[in-house]
Amino acid sequence: MTPAGSSAGMLIGTGIGQGVAHGPVARMAPPPAAPLAEKSTLAPEKERERAAEAVSAVAADLAARGEKAGGEAQEVLEAQVMMAQDPSLAEAVEAKTAEGSRAEWAVHSAFEEFAEMLKGLGGYLGERAADLNDVSQRVVAHLRGLPAPGVPDPGRPFVLVARDLAPADTALLDLDKVLALVTVEGGPTSHTAILARGAGITAVVGARGAETLAEGQDIIVDAASSHVIADPTAEQRAEVQRRIEQRAAVQSAPVTPGALADGTAVPLLANLGSPEGAENAVQLGAEGVGLFRTEFLFLSSDRAPSVDEQAKAYTQLLEAFPGKKVVVRVLDAGADKPLPFLTNDEEENPALGLRGIRALLAKQEVLEDQLTALAQAEAATEADVWVMAPMVSTVEEAEQFTELALAHGLKTAGVMVEVPSSALLAEPILQRTGFASIGTNDLTQYAMAADRLLGSVASLQDPWHPAVLRLIREVGAAGRSASKPVGVCGEAAADPLLAVVLVGLGVNTLSMAPAALAEVRYELSQHTADSARAAAEAALGTTSAAAARAAVREALTQ
Amino acid sequence: MSASRTVTVASSSGLHARPAKLFVSAAQETGVPVTIAKGEKTVNAASILTVLSLGVEKGDEVVLTAEGESAESALDTLEQLLVTDHDEA
Repeated sequence: MTPAGSSAGMLIGTGIGQGVAHGPVARMAPPPAAPLAEKSTLAPEKERERAAEAVSAVAADLAARGEKAGGEAQEVLEAQVMMAQDPSLAEAVEAKTAEGSRAEWAVHSAFEEFAEMLKGLGGYLGERAADLNDVSQRVVAHLRGLPAPGVPDPGRPFVLVARDLAPADTALLDLDKVLALVTVEGGPTSHTAILARGAGITAVVGARGAETLAEGQDIIVDAASSHVIADPTAEQRAEVQRRIEQRAAVQSAPVTPGALADGTAVPLLANLGSPEGAENAVQLGAEGVGLFRTEFLFLSSDRAPSVDEQAKAYTQLLEAFPGKKVVVRVLDAGADKPLPFLTNDEEENPALGLRGIRALLAKQEVLEDQLTALAQAEAATEADVWVMAPMVSTVEEAEQFTELALAHGLKTAGVMVEVPSSALLAEPILQRTGFASIGTNDLTQYAMAADRLLGSVASLQDPWHPAVLRLIREVGAAGRSASKPVGVCGEAAADPLLAVVLVGLGVNTLSMAPAALAEVRYELSQHTADSARAAAEAALGTTSAAAARAAVREALTQ
Repeated sequence: MSASRTVTVASSSGLHARPAKLFVSAAQETGVPVTIAKGEKTVNAASILTVLSLGVEKGDEVVLTAEGESAESALDTLEQLLVTDHDEA
């Protein structure tokens, strides 16, 4: 019935990374529908027993999961066990069954009353309300003979299929068991996608139709082609096996500096969000840090940390990279990262508001403290520190930031190109500052007018779009004529094929999640500067992201 | 037999999170009925949910009351727990 080359069992979504995996489906069960306030036909004593049995089964399951998980997850789960077994809760459940309620309703309403009470207290306790709801849903599912909601544990490696993953689900994922992730909803910037990228898990997100995949069904998840294939043929399975082996070989290849086949150096750097990731990045062959986000120091705080506190944290990071380049981005607040002491959450369009360098120039003391701390940390270590400003959209901002950074004793200051205006004015900007680093996620968001957090416009959030590539070409050309370095530190650099195109567009360094380094290193080593330029030309000549990908594949396999 | 005493809570995060868990576990292990009161409100010390609902902060005074033969020794253990700052560990 289906034409050759396609298949009824093929789903299309957005692939994250270049991986491919093969295995049986384990579905993430949805939470059970809320019970209704029905009177029981059983004796109250029977209903009380049913409730007690279900609660203790759920408590035992949570405790066992905690023991297996260990560490912080165990603490969270043990607290949940304690809540499930709480005597006050048991009393409330008993009172409700005594009035003739069914166990499902007694548990649901008793838990809800306590959850409401915790919510009313706010803060940390308010968050515990969610834990209580989770226990309640598990108990109700148990009473109905349904699988427990949340991440399944079938006791063997599996492909996790879910509507979407909540942060709490991803925190408990056993990465040794999860072969790949498939979600029905969510785009390339969803929580699932971010998790998959960071951990190097094969994933296809936003795969419509994935809800029809059955428990235990054999599937192939091909992130490189964004496909999910159900019930693959023996031939397809063999092909996947071959690719898995090839990828394993690439991953275990000796770490060398990033370079093209003709020897052109393309330093490969790491994106880091806290000093703790530094060691892993060095092991995976990062030749430095291309983007160190400093928000971690600020986000959980209602005031800016002191110069001393900051200097200490920066020093810890810089010590991991003696003699290497570390590009530190000053605080990027606003939009999805509000900070009470810096940003205004009353804005209707925060992505277009007082954010990034705009917010810092409006509260210059926060920026000056950060620059002072960075200069101290640089003096205390042997790293080669570069600083850059986020969200620069004018030549004046570039000039102002650069002067401030140099005045505070930092020797290399530059700007992030994330807004089309700064890409188009890259030449005058680079005459006034030390370097440019292209943030492809935001550049794509602003070029395509597509909110990067919005699943409904996820298909527009594609850095392969020739409109985005043309903006990058402007920056590459400006870098060459001003003799200033140009880097890319967005998701685009982690896509091996796109990495080749970026180099062809004049980008000198690539910075990415450390998990992506090996594959990008391998892909670059397969092409010369001439073929990278030809690939870039081919992409620029198209009119859509899909056409650009296809054109580059063809250009590079010739 | 019943015993009672007033304790000032030392844990820097009050009776939330880990300190609350430790306290409730200890109250359960005493094997005797124990209540904890802050201001007007008195709750079962063996119930994590009601203990959390007191919203006890560092420096708050709470009243512990225990019943039974081993009431005094139960209170000794619990008092020791409350005057230790578990978040320093």
